[in-house]
Amino acid sequence: MSFPWANHYEPQHPFMRYMDEKLPLPRFIYNAIGGGYPVPRNLNYFWNFGVLSGAALMLQIVTGIVLAMHFAGNSALAFDSVEHIMRDVNSGWLMRYAHANGASMFFIVVYVHIFRGLFYASYKPPREVVWLLGIVIFLLMMATAFMGYVLPWGQMSFWGAKVITGLFGAIPVVGEPIQTWLLGGFSPDNAALNRFFSLHYLLPFVILGVVVLHVWALHLPGSSNPTGVPVKSEEDTVPFHPYYTAKDGFGLGVFLIVFAILVFFAPNFLGEPDNYIKANPMSTPANIVPEWYFWPFYAILRAFTFDFFFVPAKLLGVLAMFASILLLLFLPWIDTSPVRSGHYRPLFRKFFWFGLMPCIIVLGYCGGSHATNGVVLVSQLASVYYFAHFLIILPIVSRIERRCRCRTPSPKACLARLRPHNRGLEKNGSHYRFSGRPVLFGHARLLGHPHRLQYGV
Amino acid sequence: MLGYSAIRTGYNMVSDPAAATAEEEFHQHVKSVSFSFEGPTGKYDRAQLQRGLQVYHEVCKACHGLTQVAFRDLADLGYAEGQVKTIAAEYNVPSLNPETGEAETRKGTAADKFPSPFANDIAAKAANNGAVPPDLSLMAKARHGGPEYIYSLLTGYQAQPEELVKKFPDSKTGPGLHYNPYFANLNLAMAPPLPVDDVETDRKAKDVSAFLMWAAEPKLENRHKSGIPALIFLILFTWLTYMSYQVIWADKKKH
Ligand code: HEC
Ligand code: HEM
Repeated sequence: MSFPWANHYEPQHPFMRYMDEKLPLPRFIYNAIGGGYPVPRNLNYFWNFGVLSGAALMLQIVTGIVLAMHFAGNSALAFDSVEHIMRDVNSGWLMRYAHANGASMFFIVVYVHIFRGLFYASYKPPREVVWLLGIVIFLLMMATAFMGYVLPWGQMSFWGAKVITGLFGAIPVVGEPIQTWLLGGFSPDNAALNRFFSLHYLLPFVILGVVVLHVWALHLPGSSNPTGVPVKSEEDTVPFHPYYTAKDGFGLGVFLIVFAILVFFAPNFLGEPDNYIKANPMSTPANIVPEWYFWPFYAILRAFTFDFFFVPAKLLGVLAMFASILLLLFLPWIDTSPVRSGHYRPLFRKFFWFGLMPCIIVLGYCGGSHATNGVVLVSQLASVYYFAHFLIILPIVSRIERRCRCRTPSPKACLARLRPHNRGLEKNGSHYRFSGRPVLFGHARLLGHPHRLQYGV
Repeated sequence: MLGYSAIRTGYNMVSDPAAATAEEEFHQHVKSVSFSFEGPTGKYDRAQLQRGLQVYHEVCKACHGLTQVAFRDLADLGYAEGQVKTIAAEYNVPSLNPETGEAETRKGTAADKFPSPFANDIAAKAANNGAVPPDLSLMAKARHGGPEYIYSLLTGYQAQPEELVKKFPDSKTGPGLHYNPYFANLNLAMAPPLPVDDVETDRKAKDVSAFLMWAAEPKLENRHKSGIPALIFLILFTWLTYMSYQVIWADKKKH
C-alpha cells in the first residue's frame, strides 16, 4: 500500500477483471495479505504471532458459534446444558475443549505478540496507532474471556463474577448503583448470566472489527523488523505472499500441534476443578482464582491491603489494576529513545530481561496463589517495580542511551557503543558492513549505514 | 500507597506471624494410583468399570446421585441392552401418576438418568448430620487429583493422630465427623463407606474411582482415539509447510 515498489494487482482472467471493476475484493486481499504487500525480509518468528492471534480469534468464533447452538443462557440450565454438550452432542466435547483451551492459546499468542512489541519497541512512531488499537483489542479480549468464563455457571464462574463485578462497588457513591445496574441484581444471577452471554457473543465480532483497523493501520508504515531500522528499498522486502504465507503457515502448524496436545490429551490441565461444581451462592470456594491469563493483574489488584487516608484499599487495587494496562497506552511517548530494537539498547535490554520479565512472572505466580502475607508482600514489591519500570526506569534509560550516541566521535564508534560485542564491522564504499555473523537476527544489509541505527525511526 | 501497604504487610508478618493450622500440617497429598485410562493412549478397563458400578450400586447410591449419567450410557461399559434395562429397573425415578397427577416414583428405564437419592438438599441434610452428599457425576474432575483423590479419600480414614489433638485442641474431630487427612479440612461428614480393615476395600475403592472417572469423562476414549491421528496429521502438515517455507525462501537465504 505504502511502498512505491509494491507489486501491482493485474487481473488476468476476464472474470477477475470484471470483479475488479465491480467489487475489487480480490485487489483488496492482494494488497493486504497477498503479493502486493511488501514485508521486511529479516523478520524472525516473533513476527508470526499477529497472524497466529488472528487464527486463534477465528477458532474461538467458529467453536463458540457451535457451542451457542446447544448452550442455555439461564442460571437454572447453563451448567447442565454444558454437560449435555460434553456428553450428548456429537463431538460436543471437542467443541467445548477446543473453545476453553482456545482461549488460553489465544492469550498465549497475544502475550508473545505484546512481548514482541515491548522488546522491539514496535509501539514507537510511526506505528503508535497500531499499538493503541492493540491495547484496545487486549482490553476487549479480557472482557470477553471474563464473561465467557461465567457462562458454564460453575463455582469459579459464579464467584469470579461476584469478585470482579464487586470491584465496581469500590467506586465511591455511584459504585453500588452501577454494580446493581450492570448485574441486573445485587449478586450475579440469571439476569447477569443472560447479558454476559449476549455480550460474550457480541464482543468477538467487535474484536474482529478492531483487528481490521489494527492491520489497516499497520499496513501504512508496514511492519517493523528485528533491527528496528526502516526498510529502504525493494531489496529489503519480500512480497507477503508467498514468502510470509509460507512462513506463517509453518508457524500455524506448530501452534495447532500445541493446541491439539492440550485439547486431546490435557483438556483440563489449565482449568480449575471447582468449575465442575455447580454454582452455589451459599458456599464460597477456599481460594477464588481467575484463569491463568489474569493472574498478574489479579496480583496487582490484591496488592493493596490497607486503606490510604480516605481511599479504601479495594478502590486503590481496582485503579492500579486498570492503570497497569492503561499505562501501556502511553508507552510510545514514555520511551523516547530513537533506537527501536532491544538488540541495540544494552541498558534497556538489561532492565527488560532482568527487571520487567521476572517481575511479570512473579506477579503471575502470586496472582495464582493463595493470598498469604508472604505472597501479598511479594506482589506488592513486584507491583512497585512494574509501575517504576514504565514510569521511572524506562524514561531515564531511553534518555541516557541517547546521550551515549551524541558523544561518540564516529558512526563506527557509535555502533560499537550500542553493541559493544560487535566485531567485524568493515567499511565498504560509503557503507559499513558486517563480515562474519555478528548480527543476531536477519540480514546484514538492512543495517546499512550505522547512522540509520541511531535514527532508527 | 503500594509502599505503605507493603510496609504494613511486612510489619504484620513480623509482629503477627500467621499461626500454623492443623490443615497445613496434617493434610496429605493424594496417593498415586495407576489407572488404565492414563496417558495419551489410555483406555477404560471395562471389567473394572463394571465392578465400580457394582460398588456405586451397593454402597454410594444410598447417599449420592449420579444425575448427569443416563442408564443408556452404561452400554459403554459393555452391557447389552437387556442388561441396561435390568440395571435401570433397580432404581426408582420420580414421576407423576398418569391418572391422578400425584407425585410418585416408577422403575427407571434406559432413557432415565441415575436419580438423586434425596428429594432435595434439605432432605439430604436431614439424613446426613447436616451435610449434603454431593452428586458424584463430575466428582472425578471437580477435585485436584481426580480419581486418585477419590481413591485416597475412600482408603484414607484413620484415627485422628494424638499429636494433632495435642497441638491443635480446637481441631479435634467433632461429633458426626470422621478424620481423613485427604479431605481439605481433615474432617468430613461421610462415615467410611467401605469398611476400613477389609481386604476388599482397596480394590473396591480403585474400581469405584475408575467408574467415577468414566462417569465424569465418558468421552475420554473418543478423545484419545481421535487425538492420535489428529496429531499425526498436524505433524505431517507442519512438516510440509516447513518444506515449502524452505523452498520458497531458498533464493532469499543465500545473501
Ligand atoms: C451414608 C451416606 C454416604 C454414603 C453411603 C457414601 N457417602 Fe460419600 N459423602 C457423604 C456425605 C454426607 C458427604 C459430604 C461430606 C462433607 O462434606 O463433610 C460425602 C462426600 C463424598 C465425597 C466428596 C468429598 C469432598 O471432597 O468434598 C466423595 C468423593 C464421596 N462422598 C464419595 C463416596 C463414594 C465413592 C461412596 C461409595 C463408595 C460414598 N461416598 C458413599 C455421604 C455418603
Ligand atoms: C485479537 C488479537 C490480535 C490480533 C488478531 C492481532 C493481529 C496482528 C497482525 C496480523 C499483525 C501483523 C503481524 C505481526 O507483526 O505480527 C499485528 C501487528 C501488531 N500488533 Fe497485533 N493483534 C492482536 C492483538 C494485539 C495486541 C493486544 C497488541 C498490543 C498491546 C498488538 C500490537 C501490535 C503491534 C505494535 C503490531 C505491529 C508490529 C510490528 O510491525 O513490529 N496486537 N497484529
